[in-house]
Amino acid sequence: NYWSDNARIHGSLASSTSKRTHPLRPVSRGPAQGVSEKTSGIWAGVSRGPAQGVSEKTNRVRASVPWNILPEPWNSTMLEWQRTAFHFQPEKNWMNGPLFYNGWYHFFYQYNPNGAVWGDIVWGHAVSKDLINWFHLPLAMVADQWYDKNGVWTGSATILPDGKIVMLYTGSTTEAVQVQNLAFPANHSDPFLIDWVKYHGNPVLVPPPGIYKKDFRDPTTAWLTSEGKWRITIGSKRDKTGISLVYDTKDFINYEMLEAELHAVSGTGMWECVDFFPVSKTEEKGLDTSINGPEVKHVVKVSLDDDRHDYYALGTYHEKNGSWIPDLPEIDVGIGIRYDYGIFYASKTFYDQNKNRRVLWGWIGEGDSEAADMEKGWASLQSIPRTILFDNKTGTNLLQWPVEEIESLRLNGTEFEKVEVKAGSVAPLDVGPGSQLDIIAEFEIDKEALKKATGSNITFSCQTGGGAAKSGALGPFGILVLADESLSEQTPVYFYIAKDSDGDLKTFFCTDLSRSSKAPDVDKQIFGSYVPVLKDENLSLRVLVDHSIVESFAQGGRTVITSRIYPTEAINGASRVFLFNNATETCVTASVKIWQMDSAFIRPYSDDDDKDDDDRKSSAP
Amino acid sequence: MKNLIVILFAFLVCQANAFRPILLLGNQNLIERTCKQTPFYDLCIWSLKSNPESRDASVKKLAQIMVDSLKTKATETFDLIDELLQDGLALDPEMQKALTSCAERYNVIIRGDVPEINAALKTGDYKFAAKGANDAAIEANSCEIEFPTKSPLTDMNKVVHDVSVVVASIVKIIQTKFSF
Repeated sequence: NYWSDNARIHGSLASSTSKRTHPLRPVSRGPAQGVSEKTSGIWAGVSRGPAQGVSEKTNRVRASVPWNILPEPWNSTMLEWQRTAFHFQPEKNWMNGPLFYNGWYHFFYQYNPNGAVWGDIVWGHAVSKDLINWFHLPLAMVADQWYDKNGVWTGSATILPDGKIVMLYTGSTTEAVQVQNLAFPANHSDPFLIDWVKYHGNPVLVPPPGIYKKDFRDPTTAWLTSEGKWRITIGSKRDKTGISLVYDTKDFINYEMLEAELHAVSGTGMWECVDFFPVSKTEEKGLDTSINGPEVKHVVKVSLDDDRHDYYALGTYHEKNGSWIPDLPEIDVGIGIRYDYGIFYASKTFYDQNKNRRVLWGWIGEGDSEAADMEKGWASLQSIPRTILFDNKTGTNLLQWPVEEIESLRLNGTEFEKVEVKAGSVAPLDVGPGSQLDIIAEFEIDKEALKKATGSNITFSCQTGGGAAKSGALGPFGILVLADESLSEQTPVYFYIAKDSDGDLKTFFCTDLSRSSKAPDVDKQIFGSYVPVLKDENLSLRVLVDHSIVESFAQGGRTVITSRIYPTEAINGASRVFLFNNATETCVTASVKIWQMDSAFIRPYSDDDDKDDDDRKSSAP
Repeated sequence: MKNLIVILFAFLVCQANAFRPILLLGNQNLIERTCKQTPFYDLCIWSLKSNPESRDASVKKLAQIMVDSLKTKATETFDLIDELLQDGLALDPEMQKALTSCAERYNVIIRGDVPEINAALKTGDYKFAAKGANDAAIEANSCEIEFPTKSPLTDMNKVVHDVSVVVASIVKIIQTKFSF
């Protein structure tokens, strides 16, 4: 009976004060040193000295290096501006098993309590009523067993029909073998699920014959088969072919591996964080993971270790042998559509039974140097959660859209109707400071210009197209965010309509980081992809700007780009928004609505919150 | 004739341990083939061959040897920066500022990047090894460009940068070619 109390662990309560111990310095930083209260999170910082392998010699050197010197060109104002206002971010995080339980959304994330680089991974934990405002809770699980000593890695939660939760997660053992372990809440009536119990018989799954011991991780949420068993899938690889193994179980303790893999795609390498879920072809709502039927398509999503991107594909699930066939093999998973064409990895969805929606969440890493990360005292954050719907207009894409709760942060809005932006011009949008914004824009192109424009036989792509500064007949045009008055720093988010020599039009959606910052040590790529645009559709975009993160959605979320921006000038009051049109043969008419965004609270839970919680219960979303 | 048989037998026994066909050709060849896939062949060859542990090493071990080399070179650079800073009176303020900034960056390489690479190599989550190595290259480069005029660290920054790039390249080989 796995509800026994063996191997009980108590999530260690990390310090919830605003003090931190910098991994490279013994001096703690708090509000007095410019670190705001709002940004304090769990920091189970442990100072490292000679006992932990840091040589005496380096200690001696540090005495002669003044601590307030930052590597050029960074100063503390620039670095502190980077902290986001409404994105989830503790010191360091990776994606794990989000779920909704007993009135709260739970987020378990990969966390390194010892530093701003990856390592020593344990499970952080936070809860929210609305996926936007979060309370930090104590660490849920730490690496205290031989089977997860080298890392308490990704897992997934399954909610059983009786409402109880089981969690399967990957542990890296003392020998660095990847195994799957079972855990469950110590107390199911605790809405905060603070304490977790690891099953005394762990691990429940070890790498099967023929699978390398370091290619076996990230078990999915389970779904029911027609025989009443639970089925999960786990990503792996054979040589260079990415695969996903399938297991059936009745009790989450004993498993039988199916002969067939869920799917395999050659050349894609290791499949991490596999996600498998149904979407409705006809209704605009999410589906529980166990749902199947003719009105349903199944999505397979993988995170490719080789290129650090998340891919998905739509197809049909064959329940009898546990396999899945893609609708279009040419855009099979791993070689076709990406959730996000910028920085976005290790994402996973969960079914939110509270609001009948499927919610996607991804991990966003940094694009700056680790020196800057250590100065800031934090690294990585989560995207804003996105609802996932089947795009029945194209039939090939999923639509992602920020959860509606984000709109509760909207403050004053400003509307700009039908602004004409002539070819080769820039138009400022006066909305005040531009670090926390929600922007929705629609663009009309002159139909005649589309017909008359010169075609080209050069194949366009965002990456090779020369960025926003390179003019074409019908693009680029869009908006500039995190731009200063003189445009010495700017981040264009734009469309580019490419016309080939046969006269066919193809639209691209891009974000250009090449002039986003004067600093030399940040990522400056151009991101983007083709976006399907149907006849009679206007071009539309939505952009969430939150300090150093910009999330851009085109055509209702058909194509999405998340980027990390680190300006040195376009920060605080100097940050502006502009419309721009760098096309040579068309005028563009834009209608824009821009809201200032309030900050969310993301902080440790305190006793005062118990009282607020009772008040809030009666007005829960 | 007997000697020939003995030699042949010894050869066969050695090869029995090298189950991957590539290794049948001897580890010399593995080092060369690995280094050919990095942008700094000579540096790679020299760094690996000068370490006796590279003799029967797997690709993963070769990566580890390079990481150790990175740590050594970074530490040497850090020590040099320390020496130059202690010679404080002789330095102009700009030089001092650049050196201090470099010290911070090298601190990050030694105490952030290298441990991250090692942890990732150990547990098999190779993308974090690549991340650490790529960052080390950025830190070394960023240090070099801080000096407004002549940098006293040019050679050492270049070595650290190039060794980091070699580490990243070998990690890529492990990631995309081998199951170990």
